[in-house]
Amino acid sequence: MNILSLFVLIPVLMMIGLYFSNTRKQIQTVTASGSTLLLILSGVITFMYLTQRAAGDLSEMLLVADTVWYAPFNIHYSVGVDGISIAMLLLSSVIVFTGVFASWKIDPLPKEYFLWYCMLSIGVYGFFISTDLFTMFMFYEIALIPMYLLIGVWGTGKKEYAAMKLTLMLMGGSALLLVGILGIYYTSGATSMNVLEISKMSIPLSAQYFFFPLTFMGFGVLGALFPFHTWSPDGHASAPTAVSMLHAGVLMKLGGYGCFRVAIYLMPEAAHDLSWIFLILTSCSVVYGAFSAVVQTDLKYINAYSSVSHCGLVLFAILMLNETAMTGAVLQMLSHGLMTALFFALIGMIYGRTHTRLITEMGGLMKVLPFLGVSYVIAGLASLGLPSLSGFVAEMTIFIGAFQHTDLFHRILTITATTSIVITAVYILRMIGKIFYGKVLNSEHLKLTDATWYERVSVVTLIVVIFAIGSAPFWISSMIHESVIPVISQLPK
Amino acid sequence: MDYSSFLQMNEELSLLAVMVILLVYDIFGSEKSLRYFQPVALVLFTAHTLLNCIPRDAFEVAGGMYHYVPMMTYVKTILNVGTLIVFLQAHKFLNDDANRIRRGEFYFLTLSTLLGMYFMISSGNFLLFFIGLETASIPMTTLVAFDKHNRKSAEAAAKYILSAVFASAISLFGMSLIYGTTGTLYFNDLAVLLTGSPLQTMAFVFFSVGLFFKISLVPFHLWTPDVYEGAPTNITSYLSVISKGSAVFVLFTLLVKVFPNMVAQWQPVLYGIAIASITVANVFAIRQKNLKRFLAFSSISQAGYILLAIISGTALGMTSLVYYVLVYMFSNLAAFGVVSVIEHRTGKVGMDDYNGLYQTNPRLSVVMMIALFSLAGIPPFAGFFSKFFVFAAAADQGFYVLVFIALLNTIISLYYYLLVVKAMFINKSENPIEKLTTDTPAKISLVLCTLGILLVGLISTIYNQIAVFSFGI
Repeated sequence: MNILSLFVLIPVLMMIGLYFSNTRKQIQTVTASGSTLLLILSGVITFMYLTQRAAGDLSEMLLVADTVWYAPFNIHYSVGVDGISIAMLLLSSVIVFTGVFASWKIDPLPKEYFLWYCMLSIGVYGFFISTDLFTMFMFYEIALIPMYLLIGVWGTGKKEYAAMKLTLMLMGGSALLLVGILGIYYTSGATSMNVLEISKMSIPLSAQYFFFPLTFMGFGVLGALFPFHTWSPDGHASAPTAVSMLHAGVLMKLGGYGCFRVAIYLMPEAAHDLSWIFLILTSCSVVYGAFSAVVQTDLKYINAYSSVSHCGLVLFAILMLNETAMTGAVLQMLSHGLMTALFFALIGMIYGRTHTRLITEMGGLMKVLPFLGVSYVIAGLASLGLPSLSGFVAEMTIFIGAFQHTDLFHRILTITATTSIVITAVYILRMIGKIFYGKVLNSEHLKLTDATWYERVSVVTLIVVIFAIGSAPFWISSMIHESVIPVISQLPK
Repeated sequence: MDYSSFLQMNEELSLLAVMVILLVYDIFGSEKSLRYFQPVALVLFTAHTLLNCIPRDAFEVAGGMYHYVPMMTYVKTILNVGTLIVFLQAHKFLNDDANRIRRGEFYFLTLSTLLGMYFMISSGNFLLFFIGLETASIPMTTLVAFDKHNRKSAEAAAKYILSAVFASAISLFGMSLIYGTTGTLYFNDLAVLLTGSPLQTMAFVFFSVGLFFKISLVPFHLWTPDVYEGAPTNITSYLSVISKGSAVFVLFTLLVKVFPNMVAQWQPVLYGIAIASITVANVFAIRQKNLKRFLAFSSISQAGYILLAIISGTALGMTSLVYYVLVYMFSNLAAFGVVSVIEHRTGKVGMDDYNGLYQTNPRLSVVMMIALFSLAGIPPFAGFFSKFFVFAAAADQGFYVLVFIALLNTIISLYYYLLVVKAMFINKSENPIEKLTTDTPAKISLVLCTLGILLVGLISTIYNQIAVFSFGI
């Protein structure tokens, strides 16, 4: 059996284990050991990948495996990884791991919660390892549906509305996507649904013009493409902590990854000709998301709009269609995934103590919760792109790449997108200043206790990874860079 | 005349044997021995299913009046398994004091309709086809009226028989026009003679009404919600799965076998009806508060999706259709199974009654949820695969717009399926349905359905098996 399939198998085993566990202790054992295994596994995979590359294996995907599944439709279960999927797998493992600790004491129905949580991670992992369009789409949908119940049952606020809105909008995206996938497959004339094989076929230009927007929008909905981003603030604000982490941290990356791997890779000519439409939309996401974050007072809403802005930057960079910007896009996916997960984890922990998420009702918490406070500041600084943290590396690469386009259109959009850096600084500093410094607004808050051990596990892990990427980005960016090249070489000059 | 060739009709003969044995047993069995009536019926029917599940070589009987291709074994087996599941679910219902003396009738009538469907599927001539259609319809009416002390049941039966007879009459008129323009009723001869002249187009339109009625496609669907609501739940599930499943298969074979030269005429008809069925049914389903009516509209829209496989007219479409019927059978029977258990114990069928069901009956809620997710086409449940294949079969022939409209409709359908899931898992209730005990046969049936939903999709063997015997235009 292929080692990559373990990424799907381990969560399945976790689900079986959960089914038979009855006490909270057993549930915690199963989920903690399972997610640790996944973390180790992704480390092993990275190591295997790097050694094979170092040994001079230049094929596009490594660790590939292929089994025929549905022969009449040429559907295969085929897996493989390149530098980008490796980065995404690492990200998913870190967030699944920290998410388990962030929902250590979830209540009520911990067993059901983790069953859905495992199903969500099956979808996420499966999506990143698949190289077959059908399998990819299937895992994509597997990742979507658990969200409904996770938000609906364990969420807060207007959870039923948010859950329904999120599910329907994302499923709407997948409807566009399915037409796109079928169109790509049938017009390419390929003999399998494998992405690598279809990329070698040429899809007629007229078909590309029709199916590229469908596919890009389909994935774009999940990547919070303006104006289809409206599910994101409500969804993230209502979801329980670990689900927000996983959703903003990993699931939204499915959108960017899909746009890159399916839409642009398979339909390069249309991508080249139509990128301007989506560039305008994504720069709207970037700026609009940042401005919306400025006026919010609910911590989760601030972070959700900030995610819209940052994920918009991912799509923006992908559409720049050059090596540097695309490398930056993947780095941004990593960086945003980590820091937004950290944010949501911390917000969840603060909310669990103060029972409010409104920044107007909090203040001076640094004295009471020094650990959470310092971590929050670190997350904030990563978000606004301080050097030596991951955000800086990603945004720097993106804007350098974007500036390589010398025409007026790209220049204007790039400059517009760059303004988001300033706006980000505004809302991040405002938020940190309000809730952590100044006077304690509520005397009840003086009695709060700082993070517990399991909360520290989750927070420290994320901070370590953010620092690691920020201070030593080169091995990861060169790994990403070499995997971007096949896509770039497809594009018309 | 050589009667020995009749012996080749294995499926029909063995089903007839089961029916006759049960009828004789029911009439002459002593009070004491009748205690074993239901187990005997189940065993006999299971034996019949197992004996006839292996495909044979194609043959014809009576000069093409009756014909057989291996694919029919699969379809008939699917119908058999579905009927078996319905029998399991009806077990407790038939043990009620009011129904105890009538259970022989229940089995006999159900199996008669099944026999009618068998003949409809295997017919090679419009006469046999019509006899099959009627044999499948008339006993059905008595079954719908089975709950004779219930006014709704009687009303449903009246509605059903009137619409069924009307549809049959129109269909018969279409057949007479076909005979009038070609001079034959044998399918083998008709393929060449039907060329799509205006009169023949009219004949096709009239004829197809009978089948559209049976499949309950818009605009021939108006009887469906009322009949589904009024009939005893087990009959409703039989009606929604078995009766519909056989009719869609027959529709496909007729279109490719008898009307291959009229593709230009029937494709637009199906195109319009598919869109209308899916959309209208979905819009109406949103507003339903009664779960049986809700499932009725859901089944209309499901039938619309099946048309996407039919419209492709290819071998791929054929395989996808039979597969879709199989998956639909498991999913719908699971949903109806839960509804029937709850209705039988508490009499509750409203969606609001299901609020907080997960708190008291976690197993039933999970089965219901899996069934609804499968109907909505959510992976990893089989419904996802069957929907994808149906869409792929249509996209293969270039019907991208149709696929797109159908996909947009899946979002609407997801909304109303989620409403039920929401009621069971998220909503709180002051007085939820109390903890229920499910009888063993119903339990077996639900386990069978759940296993079907989980395995039929993930394991591709079944689809590949069906694909072996598919044929196209």
